[in-house]
Amino acid sequence: MQQMTYESKTETYVKPFQGVLVIMALCGLLYPGIAVLLNQTLFPSQATGSLIYVGGKAVGSKPVGQHFSSPAYFHSRPSAADYQPFNLGGSNLAPSNPELQALVAERAKALLDQTTAQKGEIPVDMLTASGSGLDPHISPLAAEIQISRVATSRNLTKAVVQELVGQYTQQPLFNVLGQPRVHVLALNMALDTLSEQVQP
Amino acid sequence: MNEVILIYLVTLLLAWPLGLYIARIYQTGSAPLDRVFLPIEKGVYKLMGVNPNVDMHWKHYFKILIIFHAFLALVVFLILRFQGHLFLNPDQIPNMSWDLALHTALSFLGNADQQHYSGQAQLSHLAQGTGLVTMQFVAPAAGIAILFAILRVLFKTKENVEQGLVGNFYQDMIRAIVRLLIPLAFILSVILTSQGVPSSYQAAAQVETLESSEEQAIPLGPVSPMVAIKQLGTNGGGWYGANSAVPLENPTAISNFFEAMAIMLIPMALVFALGYFSGRKKLATVVMGVMLSLSVVSSSLAIYSENQPNAATAEWSHQANMEGKEVRIGETATALWGAWATQTGNGSVNGMHDSFNPIGGLVVMSNMLVGAIFGGIGFGLVLFLAYMMLAAFLGSLLIGRTASFMNKPLEGHEMKLLAMVFMLQPFVLLVFSGLTLAMPALSGISNPGYHGVTQVIYEYTSAFATNGSGFEGLGDDSVWWNLTTAVTILLGRFVPMFLVLATVVSLVSKKATPSTRESLQIETPTFALVIILLIAFAFLSYLPFIVFGPIAEWVSLINH
Repeated sequence: MQQMTYESKTETYVKPFQGVLVIMALCGLLYPGIAVLLNQTLFPSQATGSLIYVGGKAVGSKPVGQHFSSPAYFHSRPSAADYQPFNLGGSNLAPSNPELQALVAERAKALLDQTTAQKGEIPVDMLTASGSGLDPHISPLAAEIQISRVATSRNLTKAVVQELVGQYTQQPLFNVLGQPRVHVLALNMALDTLSEQVQP
Repeated sequence: MNEVILIYLVTLLLAWPLGLYIARIYQTGSAPLDRVFLPIEKGVYKLMGVNPNVDMHWKHYFKILIIFHAFLALVVFLILRFQGHLFLNPDQIPNMSWDLALHTALSFLGNADQQHYSGQAQLSHLAQGTGLVTMQFVAPAAGIAILFAILRVLFKTKENVEQGLVGNFYQDMIRAIVRLLIPLAFILSVILTSQGVPSSYQAAAQVETLESSEEQAIPLGPVSPMVAIKQLGTNGGGWYGANSAVPLENPTAISNFFEAMAIMLIPMALVFALGYFSGRKKLATVVMGVMLSLSVVSSSLAIYSENQPNAATAEWSHQANMEGKEVRIGETATALWGAWATQTGNGSVNGMHDSFNPIGGLVVMSNMLVGAIFGGIGFGLVLFLAYMMLAAFLGSLLIGRTASFMNKPLEGHEMKLLAMVFMLQPFVLLVFSGLTLAMPALSGISNPGYHGVTQVIYEYTSAFATNGSGFEGLGDDSVWWNLTTAVTILLGRFVPMFLVLATVVSLVSKKATPSTRESLQIETPTFALVIILLIAFAFLSYLPFIVFGPIAEWVSLINH
């Protein structure tokens, strides 16, 4: 061990600058570059956005929700970003904000009107906007209240739609991690397939 | 609930051996996996042109740290300012404004990662994946470096520390990066991509939506490498605007589990490392006892709060507060994340803090006001040492003994330095919050009433605690906000670092006071309680803030 002769300008200014460039090459180019290469090799689909294809056409990305408005589809949660990823984000409205209270009341009335939801028992995920504005899931209860509407507008029996919702309901991993949920896009794609089979 | 217990336990169990590993990296002599890492380190030193075996005097150590940081900030500032003309910009993102670029560079430099922009729309792959990622490695590595410089002095694990020779900054930083941060980040990056976090240098993918065949752009990039180090390094600055609430950044319950664990892993491991490095396991037990009890109390309160209905939905549904939260994650895991990310200096979010219930908002803000319930990597323990020295001073006086810490007398000079550490925070927060609230045109408040007051105070608290989370409704991309929070971050990070280092150096250069059975014993549960009381007292100085903000909002909603 020796003590540094630290009066020289090289030691004080040139070396730190040189160090910054080396560290940036290591942490900012080499590390992410190798990680990207490895990830693309191991998980080519996930690494490039987990795109979902129908007949060769990309109709969505698995982690990204979509907006649905037709009565024949299950609807996603309210979104402060209109499901546009470049514009993503939550409402950031406080519980005390009258604007939020008005929005929630409006959504609640529409749900009571168009679904089988009961006042006081409305699934809260359909009353509130998600944090990302891209939430791809709804709760099982939120799917259940929409079954009747979807079945009627597609001329399907409720039991058939109910069964499909059951198939597309995911439970928490090992009953511990995560929440019970339904992937809206996957369910709606399955619905389209089902309708084609019934009425070709 | 089981999820919460599981994640606490798994993180503790992993942090224990990791702490031993970190201690071995910084002890003299050989370290695990030298065969792999020594050649890499030697290559890096050679390219940098530095000699890692030269011990630096503490002032020089700190000076080199500052100069290194200044150059890094300059390079990243230039990348952000001119990203539009540079390479790795497939989505053709334009240049950043000077004030936003300045704030962003300084914010990532100070381990705060406060973001006044939305990453996917305003930063190129070069800016995020290279510029900011480099800072996300350097900031925690610098925190670890300064921590071990202080511990070497305090526990005299090196010769010549009495003359102020504390170690070599380059070596301390490079070892943290090469042996700890890059390997862990690499593993986490692969786990995250397996769950669906993008990892590519391509432009955004275009899809046509199922119902309306509208164009939907899916922003890509080297996301998982950044998210990995963002979570592990108490950084918190994510790829996408809404951070880990975004399903592209945190797609599944598994990714959420690993990302949450990564928030706490190294901060916890460093407490174990303290015990192994100093050989004083009882001391580490006291520190861990205080930190863990405060953590459990704070997490429980946050989880309780977010399991209550949002006042706006209570009339229609009896369920928990889901405004700003994601279905796959749920209210409990979101509240736990919020608590952990503010107990540490991480500040990432998987739900929007602005829409938390008032008590949840109170908890996350209080965590940052304390700043050392684990805290930022390295930096949190440094602050905790300051709390300990202050507690030792008060404790000794209370039992009528000469104030001392580690058998060295705590005198006027040390107490002056420590007082500055603890006075700086209220001073900065009061002045800036006061000024901003006095000028509504500048404040950018988006929620009316008491909550708006909290938005402003939260932003400065988060900056000073170098946390970086926010009440994100705040319109904070203005020259005023960018400049004042950037200054706050620099003050909150580098001033306390310097002051505590100076305190410890001054302390150990003194003649030892003989330890008797009557002198204050710091390795006891009683002393742990004294620290908790001291933290509570320090926290109470912010009571006016808290009453005018979250408490007032809470009370107003009860009477609603």
